[in-house]
Amino acid sequence: MDRIAHRYPGSASTEMDYALQPLSMVWEDGGAYALLGPSGCGKTTLLNIISGLIMPSEGQVFFGDRDVTGLQPQERNIAQVFQFPVVYDTMTVAQNLEFPLKNRGVPVEARKRRVAEVLELLELSEIAGQKARNLDAATKQKISLGRGLVRTDANAVLFDEPLTVIDPALKWQLRAELKRVHLQVGHTMIYVTHDQTEALTFAEKVIVMLEGRVLQAGTPEELFDAPAHTFVGRFIGSPGMNVLTCDVAGDCAFVSGRKVYLRNNYGLAQGSLELGIRPEYVRVLEQVDCPEGLAVSVVKVVDIGRQKILHLLLGEQQLHAILREGTPVPSSPVVLFDPDHLNLYCDSNLLRPPDRGRYP
Amino acid sequence: MMIQANPNKPPGAFVVTTMHGRQVSRIAWRYLVPILYLVFLMLPLYWLLNMSFKTNQEALSAFRLWPQDFTLDNYKVVLTDPSWYRGYINSTIYVALNTLISLAVALPAAYAFSRYRFMGDKHLFFWLLTNRMAPPAVFALPFFQFYSAFGLIDTHIAVALAHCLFNVPLAVWILEGFMSRIPREMDETAYIDGYSFPRFFFRIFMPLIRSGIGVTAFFCFMFSWVELLIARTLTVTEAKPIAAIMTRTVSASGVDWGVLTAAGVLTIIPGALVIYFVRNHIAKGFALGRV
Amino acid sequence: MKPANNKAWLLVAPVLLLVAFCAVIPLMTVVNYSVQDSFGNNEFFWVGTEWFEEVLHSERFHNALLRNLAFSAIILAIQIPLGIGIAICMPVRGWGVSVCLVLMTMPLLIPWNVVGTIWQIFARVDIGLLGHSLAVLGLDYNYTQDTLDAWITVILMDVWHWTSLVVLLCYSGLVAIPEAYYQAAQIDGASRWAIFRTIQLPGMKRVLLIAVLLRFMDSFMIYTEPFVLTGGGPGNATTFLSVDLVQMAIGQFDLGPAAAMSLIYFLIILLLSWIFYTVMTRHDDPGQSK
Repeated sequence: MDRIAHRYPGSASTEMDYALQPLSMVWEDGGAYALLGPSGCGKTTLLNIISGLIMPSEGQVFFGDRDVTGLQPQERNIAQVFQFPVVYDTMTVAQNLEFPLKNRGVPVEARKRRVAEVLELLELSEIAGQKARNLDAATKQKISLGRGLVRTDANAVLFDEPLTVIDPALKWQLRAELKRVHLQVGHTMIYVTHDQTEALTFAEKVIVMLEGRVLQAGTPEELFDAPAHTFVGRFIGSPGMNVLTCDVAGDCAFVSGRKVYLRNNYGLAQGSLELGIRPEYVRVLEQVDCPEGLAVSVVKVVDIGRQKILHLLLGEQQLHAILREGTPVPSSPVVLFDPDHLNLYCDSNLLRPPDRGRYP
Repeated sequence: MMIQANPNKPPGAFVVTTMHGRQVSRIAWRYLVPILYLVFLMLPLYWLLNMSFKTNQEALSAFRLWPQDFTLDNYKVVLTDPSWYRGYINSTIYVALNTLISLAVALPAAYAFSRYRFMGDKHLFFWLLTNRMAPPAVFALPFFQFYSAFGLIDTHIAVALAHCLFNVPLAVWILEGFMSRIPREMDETAYIDGYSFPRFFFRIFMPLIRSGIGVTAFFCFMFSWVELLIARTLTVTEAKPIAAIMTRTVSASGVDWGVLTAAGVLTIIPGALVIYFVRNHIAKGFALGRV
Repeated sequence: MKPANNKAWLLVAPVLLLVAFCAVIPLMTVVNYSVQDSFGNNEFFWVGTEWFEEVLHSERFHNALLRNLAFSAIILAIQIPLGIGIAICMPVRGWGVSVCLVLMTMPLLIPWNVVGTIWQIFARVDIGLLGHSLAVLGLDYNYTQDTLDAWITVILMDVWHWTSLVVLLCYSGLVAIPEAYYQAAQIDGASRWAIFRTIQLPGMKRVLLIAVLLRFMDSFMIYTEPFVLTGGGPGNATTFLSVDLVQMAIGQFDLGPAAAMSLIYFLIILLLSWIFYTVMTRHDDPGQSK
């Protein structure tokens, strides 16, 4: 199998009002990527552009050094698994897997061998002779995946929200299998989803999208610690990042009139400013223990077993904090923000301090 | 220039790759098939229209593709002569009656089939369907004798009832399909909220299946409007439908093609109007696969 | 699971009464006539199966039956593939869809005698577009006199009249197939024919069954259109079972034989329909819904 890099420079859009804003991206071969975002953000569009089901109205797609923009999907080296399990009802499982090879004129011997290999890999060998029609959704999705893997020329598999129709009980099982297959086979895998858990567990690198734009592409850790956009911060994490409007002067931020010390000096920052802090890094203490903390009032406590999520009010702004199991809720609570995990956002984008490098 | 290849067309809109790797959507040749078919469908209709605007003499004397002496006389005759236009009124009356009756009896029955199991339900359903398979010819004479016994010959209600033989099974079948798509939880919620059954049925349930009612009404109209044999057998003069009147127009001087074709055109118009109004639902109605 | 409730019979009662009124009672009179004979002044006496035997042995009946079987077979052979073919080629999106659907539905809503009339004026050699054109081209075409021409015209008329039903049914089945199937097939490199065979045809199976059943039943019962067009002629060439039956019952008032023939006719339809249904659904798994 050939190792190639997928590169996607240039812009892409499909409608007069751009479904996809101009973007450039490079995908490394063999990697596991996730396209994450709410419905309508353009992730399926992007996926279909890569697979060739949609042609971009601007820009180009390269596989390695090959310009594949004009190529049909079956001429590219990709396979795609759809939200809706697609199996050919009239055929058996084995025949389903054989189908792409048959269409490409692969001789019978080679076909049978390859199908057997993939059946083995996906643990479908027992039902190879059964009609595909009456199987459950999870198995059907595996068959869809199998049809993609069976092609020796395909070295990228694209997934379009494949677990949507699967029972929750089977979801994590299938997820684990996908991961295993990825490790074994080594194909590039691009996974579209709106479920952050899926994205974060499956992918090495997650691309968060919103309204046709790529907000951030990074590892799960990067997305967690340094979200480049307030949306990314709020979307990732459960509960998501707290976003508080503030004013900034130098190395101080003023949130609802209270002072918060920042790690860096931001000078005179202009624009609509917001402070981002994850609930995990909001410490809730008794006022008596921490006089410099910011006074808050408790609106609601949600007990989810291992943790308690506190809904707090700082001035007029809402705030979430997490208390571990067993920790009592302070009677006159104050919060303390861990300065190492404070991010500042200007117009929703992460602000870098003027005298620092790329990361705060 | 960039031309967007539409990915959503099922394969058939073949895409050609040009020199620069751009894709150009070729006009799908497959559209030729429906176009040819539509031409085939429209030709005889055009001819009907053509003849209706010709005088009888012109029609018989010379063969022309379009009327040379364009005339509206034929339509005038049909629309002003009571022996003609009463036919339309009669047809409309019994079709409307039939639709109402069919719907009225089919709605509760369909609800029962959809929501409950009861003794003999499958057999009853199947028996209803077999009525659809009854040849009208078989019933022509029996209907005549039966309705004469009640003195109902030459009434609209007779034809309306007679057509129920075919329309009611159809109505039950279609409505049951639509009703089964409404979850039973709806009914149960309504009962919990204190609705009595009639109130629930009329104020909640029926609006939910109104597209089903529309489809059913459409098919009832369709089968009743077009049927001739029974309609003609059961009527004499009072309730005679236009279709029957048309089959009787042979006078001493032969067939008056002009008037006949004009009458024919006028029978098509109600149908065309109905289709036009339900055009968005046609595909959905057929989609249930229950005709 | 539906709850069992025999009170549901109340809801079904109106339908039962109506259909009993419309169907069962008249059918009973037919059965009545089929086993009786009369001397004319309303006196009837039992003759048992005499009428049935007479009908079943009569050549007239055999011929009409054969005509019907041939007609239905030809109709199905033409209309089903044609309907499927047209449905597949129809546009799925855009203004073309409405235009197609509206125009195609029109023949279905024309009173059947008008259909006959339309084809009368269309196929006649003297005034008809088709008839005249064929004559001008030198072809010896006259449906009123030549048996083959009559059959061709009747068949053509029925194709014109009813193919749209098949098209609409198949089309509705086609549009219900999710996009993803086509996309996956594209990626799998399936050929046009393979897509048809593995995706489109299975997707249309249910509606095709209904189309076949309906077309069979209706073509077997056909009366008005050929009657208006040819009157059963030339000679007996297009005298189908219905035409024959009506002639016997209402024209000649031969109640006994007509009644016997009616029952046999009805039974034949039921039997053949059941055969069709069983054959076409025998591959269905029990898991398929109604």
